[in-house]
Amino acid sequence: MSADANSTDHGPLDSQPPNRARTAIGRTLSSDTTREAVIVPGLALFTALLFGAVIIVISDVDNIRRLDNDFLGAIGDSLSNVGTAYWALLRGSLGSVRAVSETLTSATPLIITGLALGLGFRAGMFNIGAQGQMVIGGLLATLVGFGLSMPAVIHIPLALTAGAFGGAIWGYIPGYLKARTGAHEVITTIMLNSIAMLVLQYVLLRDWVRPEGRNTPLSKPIEDSAHLPRLLGFLDRTDLRVHFGLLLALVLVYAVWWLLFRSTLGFEFRALGHNPTSSRFSGMNVTRLTTLVFALSGALAGVAAASQIQGLEPHRATTGFAGAIGFDAISIALLGRMHPYGILAAAVLFGGLRAGGQEMQAVTDVPVDMILIVQSLIVIFIAAPALIRTIYRVRTGEGQHLAGGSI
Amino acid sequence: MSQTDIAPGERLRARAFGIAYIVFAAIVLLVFALDTQGDSTFRLTQRGDRFHESFPDLTFNPAVASLIIGVVLLGLGGRQLRQGFGSRTNAVLGLVVFLFVFAFLGWAASGTSFSLVQMLEATVVAAVPLTLGGLSGLMCERSGVVNIGIEGMMLTGAFVAALVGSTIGSWFGIVFAVAAGGGMAWILAVLAIKYQVDQIIIGVTLNIFALGLTSFLAGRIMTQNPELNDASVVGQWKIPLLHDIPMLGRILFEHNLFVYAAMALVVYLTYLIFHTRWGLRARAVGEHPLAADTVGISVEGTRYKNVIVGGMIAGLGGAFFTVGSVGNFSENPTDGRGFIALAALIFGRYHPVGLMGAALVFGFAESLEGKLTLLNTGIPSEFLRMLPFLATIVVVAGVVGRSRVPASVGVPYTKE
Repeated sequence: MSADANSTDHGPLDSQPPNRARTAIGRTLSSDTTREAVIVPGLALFTALLFGAVIIVISDVDNIRRLDNDFLGAIGDSLSNVGTAYWALLRGSLGSVRAVSETLTSATPLIITGLALGLGFRAGMFNIGAQGQMVIGGLLATLVGFGLSMPAVIHIPLALTAGAFGGAIWGYIPGYLKARTGAHEVITTIMLNSIAMLVLQYVLLRDWVRPEGRNTPLSKPIEDSAHLPRLLGFLDRTDLRVHFGLLLALVLVYAVWWLLFRSTLGFEFRALGHNPTSSRFSGMNVTRLTTLVFALSGALAGVAAASQIQGLEPHRATTGFAGAIGFDAISIALLGRMHPYGILAAAVLFGGLRAGGQEMQAVTDVPVDMILIVQSLIVIFIAAPALIRTIYRVRTGEGQHLAGGSI
Repeated sequence: MSQTDIAPGERLRARAFGIAYIVFAAIVLLVFALDTQGDSTFRLTQRGDRFHESFPDLTFNPAVASLIIGVVLLGLGGRQLRQGFGSRTNAVLGLVVFLFVFAFLGWAASGTSFSLVQMLEATVVAAVPLTLGGLSGLMCERSGVVNIGIEGMMLTGAFVAALVGSTIGSWFGIVFAVAAGGGMAWILAVLAIKYQVDQIIIGVTLNIFALGLTSFLAGRIMTQNPELNDASVVGQWKIPLLHDIPMLGRILFEHNLFVYAAMALVVYLTYLIFHTRWGLRARAVGEHPLAADTVGISVEGTRYKNVIVGGMIAGLGGAFFTVGSVGNFSENPTDGRGFIALAALIFGRYHPVGLMGAALVFGFAESLEGKLTLLNTGIPSEFLRMLPFLATIVVVAGVVGRSRVPASVGVPYTKE
């Protein structure tokens, strides 16, 4: 296993012939250089924002109706609308201590869930079930959070562990099914996402979970002793929501990096993602590795959900507490090129978009949904650098391929 | 799909089925048969139907019915355990599920009456978007392109149909929705075929893109201009004569365009894919593109065409959510049905008729859910709604016969 010694952080095993039929995730990353890792995402972001501007302009019905008699005025107003919106986007993400705090608050679960998916992708597992794993993990963390009462030093880690456990179980299922029966994880995780949502709705309507006198799906708030403290609590400002989950996320970034690139297990994961057949023939226990990757990935997603519940108001589970973080995380893992540090950067970018998008919606009448458009376009441009190459005539590497195969 | 060969896992599966049948029998005998409050009535016609007066309702004693069904289930379970049913295993499974559901409905309706015909009518309607979504996936996957983006294509279709339907008219709304679905599919096709981006990534991203775009445009255009979100629902066509057939008429022949379009497409695509030269070529491209290319079939062209047609079908399915049912667009009207459609496609083994059957089963679960709350059985509706997803996991895991996938799905083709 000497190959491990001189492998870089970026790709474990390079110089394979481009076999498209079974292209693995790790391989195409090997051609990655720093220049590409910055230029392509930068141009992708720029192009996506440009597209967003176009949509802001053409969806302004009042201005479009003015086009006939006041052409220049309408155009001018449209452009100034775009300016106002994007200025609010920037101000809301970076413009103040509060804005930065909001950016980091939004980034926290994205970092952890991004790691969850990145870990799976590295091992060739397209786990798109982070959403469901978050739901189950967050649910368990909430139950432990309000069901038990104990000192914070025990309660906080216990609730986080419960989250990890719930996520791990929900991740284990598709891992086991894939390893044992060959069931494609994309299908099983999509189905498990829906099942998790229904489990959540069911549990949140039970009398022992609901607060007294409420009949909407909602859990009791967790005990104070399970709350993650705020990072900037000493400033005594209620609007700085960033909490210790961020530190946890940073620790996990390092931990996942170490696991992937410095441990034997991580080497086996990457080898599995690179070529499952040769992994099997070189004596690795592919069944065990597959279930382990999925359980670990699920555990991370579960921790992300637990930190959301424990770190943020209203400190309880609702039907929408996981938002669409599990899906955003897919984009983040891809944008971060499945490398923990890249995922960190991508998550902060998306966190900034999310925080700035809220401000943009509050100040102008541009709905926050626009950032979904921007995010998805970024992913498309990242996944197809050839598109960016065509638009801007720059040289870039090959696109990213996930473990293909049939569904 | 006969399974006469005995694989190692086969015996375990046969045993699991047998035990499941006996558990079903136990539930029927110990719960449904004992806990009854008088006769059950299934109403088979509605007021206003032509033969409403002369066609009787189905009234029976649920305890007796459950007793008979329970004994039959016990027998089937016993035989399954002793010698199995060979190639008829799945047919017997279907029969067992049918009998169990019948016993369940009898128990739920005990002492009261409920409209079976209305429920089946709702089943057909609920199955329409699932069938259309499934057919969309079928077109793509048979030619070798994965379509996880059905949800996004339907969402786009729903939005466009509402917007155009409110301005020009509902029929134009449908036309534009079909075009919009085709447009989304064109993005999928270009990225998947020309740029060879991973098809699962594109699908997932297209879903996010469509959700963002439709929510954004709905929030920005429709909230302030409600007149742009007020399309009229396309009208019902009662098929002459056929709609007078008792029961069947109401279930099948009193619907709007979407229901008939879904049925017609199922028949037409079955013919097209399995009985024409064109279909053979498309399937060849999905199974073995190199071989298809060698004999002169254009792999890229076929895939482009199929994916775009698939997107158009999804766009039609999306229009159902607005101009086909309620007329206006509320945020995310598809609500995951694109994924249930995907489930139907897999559960139906990549065959138009099979996927329509699956869509009907899932549609039945959806309409049963509505009824259960009325009948007050105490069974949580969430479990019923899990059914399509659980069924799909069971199928992809190969518990009830494996769903066989076109061999080259998801693999980009590069001409040598």
